[in-house]
Amino acid sequence: MLSRTAEHLYWMARYIERTETTARLLEVGARNALLPNATGGYRNDWEAVLLAKGTLEPFLEKYRETNQRNIETWLFFDSDNPSSVYSCLSAARENARVVRTALTAPVWDAINGSFQELQQLHRTERSKLMVTDLTEWTLRACQLIRGAFMSTQLRNDGYDFSGIGTTIERADNTARLIDVKYYVLLPTVNYVGSGLDQSQWALLLQSMTAQRAFNWSYQGEITAAKIAHLLILNRRFPRSLRACVQWYCEHLDNLAESYQTATAAQEVAHKLLDDLRAATVEEIFEEGLHEFLARFMSRNAEVATTVHEVYLSGMPT
Amino acid sequence: MSATKPAIFNEMLNGEQVRSAYQNLEKWYRSMPAELRSLKQNEAEALFRRVGITFAVYGEGGDPERLIPFDMFPRVMTAEEWRKLDRGVRQRAAALNAFLADVYDRREIIRAGRIPEHLVTNNEAFEKAAIGFRPPRGVFSHIVGVDLVRTGPDQFYVLEDNCRTPSGVSYMLQNREIMMRMFPQLFMESRIRPVDGYAGLLKKTLASVAPQKCQGEPNIVILTPGHFNSAYYEHSFLADLMGVELVEGQDLFVEGDFVWMKTTEGPRKVDVIYRRIDDAFIDPLCFRPDSMLGVPGLMSVYRSGGVTICSAPGAGVADDKAIYTYVPEMIRFYLGEEPILENVPTWQCAKEDDCKYVLENLSELVVKEVHGSGGYGMLVGPKSDKSTIESFAAKIRKNPDNYIAQPTLALSACPTFVEEGIAPRHVDLRPYCLVGETIELVPGGLTRVALKEGSLVVNSSQGGGVKDTWVLAE
Amino acid sequence: MRLSIRHITRYRFDEPVRGIVQSQKLWPADCASQRVLAWTVTSHGAQTGAEFVDGAGDMIRLATWRGPLTELTVEVEGEVETADLYGVLREHRERIPPSAYLRPTRQVEADAELKMLSAVALKGLDGASALDRAHALSRAVSEAIAYKPGETQPHTTASEALSGGVGVCQDHAHALISVAHVAEMPARYVTGYLQASADGSPHEASHAWAEIWVPELGWVGFDAANACCPDARYVRLGSGYDALDAAPIRGLVQGATPEEHLDVEVMVTAVQSGQQQQQ
Repeated sequence: MLSRTAEHLYWMARYIERTETTARLLEVGARNALLPNATGGYRNDWEAVLLAKGTLEPFLEKYRETNQRNIETWLFFDSDNPSSVYSCLSAARENARVVRTALTAPVWDAINGSFQELQQLHRTERSKLMVTDLTEWTLRACQLIRGAFMSTQLRNDGYDFSGIGTTIERADNTARLIDVKYYVLLPTVNYVGSGLDQSQWALLLQSMTAQRAFNWSYQGEITAAKIAHLLILNRRFPRSLRACVQWYCEHLDNLAESYQTATAAQEVAHKLLDDLRAATVEEIFEEGLHEFLARFMSRNAEVATTVHEVYLSGMPT
Repeated sequence: MSATKPAIFNEMLNGEQVRSAYQNLEKWYRSMPAELRSLKQNEAEALFRRVGITFAVYGEGGDPERLIPFDMFPRVMTAEEWRKLDRGVRQRAAALNAFLADVYDRREIIRAGRIPEHLVTNNEAFEKAAIGFRPPRGVFSHIVGVDLVRTGPDQFYVLEDNCRTPSGVSYMLQNREIMMRMFPQLFMESRIRPVDGYAGLLKKTLASVAPQKCQGEPNIVILTPGHFNSAYYEHSFLADLMGVELVEGQDLFVEGDFVWMKTTEGPRKVDVIYRRIDDAFIDPLCFRPDSMLGVPGLMSVYRSGGVTICSAPGAGVADDKAIYTYVPEMIRFYLGEEPILENVPTWQCAKEDDCKYVLENLSELVVKEVHGSGGYGMLVGPKSDKSTIESFAAKIRKNPDNYIAQPTLALSACPTFVEEGIAPRHVDLRPYCLVGETIELVPGGLTRVALKEGSLVVNSSQGGGVKDTWVLAE
Repeated sequence: MRLSIRHITRYRFDEPVRGIVQSQKLWPADCASQRVLAWTVTSHGAQTGAEFVDGAGDMIRLATWRGPLTELTVEVEGEVETADLYGVLREHRERIPPSAYLRPTRQVEADAELKMLSAVALKGLDGASALDRAHALSRAVSEAIAYKPGETQPHTTASEALSGGVGVCQDHAHALISVAHVAEMPARYVTGYLQASADGSPHEASHAWAEIWVPELGWVGFDAANACCPDARYVRLGSGYDALDAAPIRGLVQGATPEEHLDVEVMVTAVQSGQQQQQ
């Protein structure tokens, strides 16, 4: 397969995943704003949401005021924000359009159709749009695209590159969300374990549609250790770091099999998986959650760089 | 060559009478309720949009993913009419290729005094870099698009040849696909020759010109300027139909004696490149140094026989409008035959007498730029006001070599759906002739229609539409 | 005369580059005025290939380097036996018709000033031979543009050089091609080497001049920069429409292009007959 084709499939998948993450953040932020006094007013939460996407500064530069309407616009429609739903979905579609022939008709229909709907939404009067309509629409669109992809695409190398894109992006997003929660939302360690902390953790679960998963998998009250286990080490939870890494390892193994040769990409990915398998929550807390996550993100990024170097550059050195 | 207005040939009607080729269609049209028609029209548009067949107009801004209007009323040709076109188009494609092989080699036609030397060697499309190299099978132009117009029952004229990378063939294929999907009944009632063999023939043609250094099955690719190009849809459509990679310049590189494409499994050798990029951009080390679209070093690999480029660099000199006048001469010179298809009488402003005549009769002529394409930079005298004509005359005086003129032809008209029902609209026809080991031509082509009443400009960039083109079986 | 040539081109980049492709036109062809006795081109660390002889009779070869890479060297070394034929190019095998060399490129396109220069130079020479007319044009360019290094750039056009009144051999050649075109005489750009001073010191040793088509004689070289025609001190390398088209090395850096430092060293020395070539 042409390296560039693989690259576009990979980035298409990453952007779809990113679209979904932005919508989830928007949903959580909006929902949290309905809870008075939960965290000392909604304002800080919104800022945290923007911090999570690394776009607080450009936002403040453009809008100045952190009110819900501005943030909704920024996160959903604003093409000046590279991680807005609009930007991510159009980037996904642009990548898809270039490799149009590598996609089945239902996949292209799902992406292109969603994008047309999004433009329709863009033209709709804002007062007629509820934020929940927007976020629900986005989650549905992303699931439709992924569903079409999983049920119609040939299980060839293109499928694997797209799968690698989805899971590398998801691992990164999950790690980032946990990190934001732990490192940014809590200004001092005194808060750890407090009532405020509890609601923050619940918020985190919510952002990943993980409340039920948590309840089914763990007994008793919500604790930091249990949540860390769910989101980092639980191989059954589809957004956990371990699940994502395991998932891309499988895709990489498929590639090694079809190309009949293993590369540095398989090596770095499996090494990361082995380490996650061996890790315990205690060790993670001992190292420091933030330190652990930072290290994970850099290793996850190393997998991405290696995949690029080995497969997507077309000229492995 | 006077430009009086002759009667317009109506493709469907002979006076009041419906020509036999159109009888089924006429019944079909009359039995179709208006609601069904608009339903079908919407369906067709939705289908086009779904497959993503869109078209961007150069320099006009607006929606880059605009659809070319599709008219559901097909254009029909009888087996007999097609027989003549088929022979004529093949003849022309053969002569144009013989001309190209000659002007880059021994230049016999120039030595014989049949074509003035300066028209060839001082032509912008003449490539010094192509001299002295014979491409595989001596073929320079592998896809020849011949633009034809009809003015009477037996009168077909060649308007221009396209020897570089004629576009539009995807419309020929998609128009048929959509018509068959929407009106299967019509196809059961009429015996219409299929066109869907085109992609297979194109692949066969490209494979047949693989370079000598290629062993085994050649690796064919289509080279596109990228997805911002207005014909990108067509590039990806053809790649998909042929089952070959669609590459951009950045996907290819040269090393050693070959061109390679970057794949997820490492570099893979490329043997035949069907390029949809102009000569000037294909190799920044040979032509325009600022080109980002091409492959540095490609021309060296081509010239040393490591890869075949289709069409060959320099092929454009044969479809230049100044050379066009001499195509009948080429047919006689190389093939020893009389031209089957006629040229439109053409005045070359480069010639003093011609230029004088043109300037005196601008209001009755169509004037085109020698190197222009896509209907840009042209003047349709009878449809232009006085000031337009005057400013155009100034342009001609300033650079006469750059212009040719032709009489305003009474282009035939084909029934076309309009608000009130159907009405005659002017059409042309572009068949696509494939030249490799053999010369192939699928029965059909792209019919373009000028949707505006009375308009003679069929270019999609100027408000033209397209129709399905039927060739009836014997 | 027997000339020994040593031509080294070194590129250095501030940042490592991903790869480089070069089209090299670095091989002199045999003709009546020169016979190549020995010639090697070494592209250190490169893959070379796709060799061919173009329509103008020049051999062209590709050299590619895969990065990361911060410097590269191309080394040319050879010996050529030359003769003084007053600039006339004879027995040179080529297939491009002279009429192909009437095309204006960006660098040789004539503006009003060049047209004027051409007309003034040819005033009163309507009946003169093509050779005399060509000499008149070359003289006019020599007088109009003073030799002065450092004032013009590789991308300077003929019209810019003329209006500035100063330039180097490239500018003289461009201007001469331009004024010849105005007079409807085919003309082209030629690259080569010049034994400029007896000690071989690099004073424009890497040289360029123009050739004008003279129907009775064929292509004739004119070195307007030195106000003469090429003689036994000249080695002819290759030709083209202009400096870009004729360039001995045309290269492209792939990906981001960092700052490039070019270092060219050319030594052209006369070898006494019987004397051993220096290694």
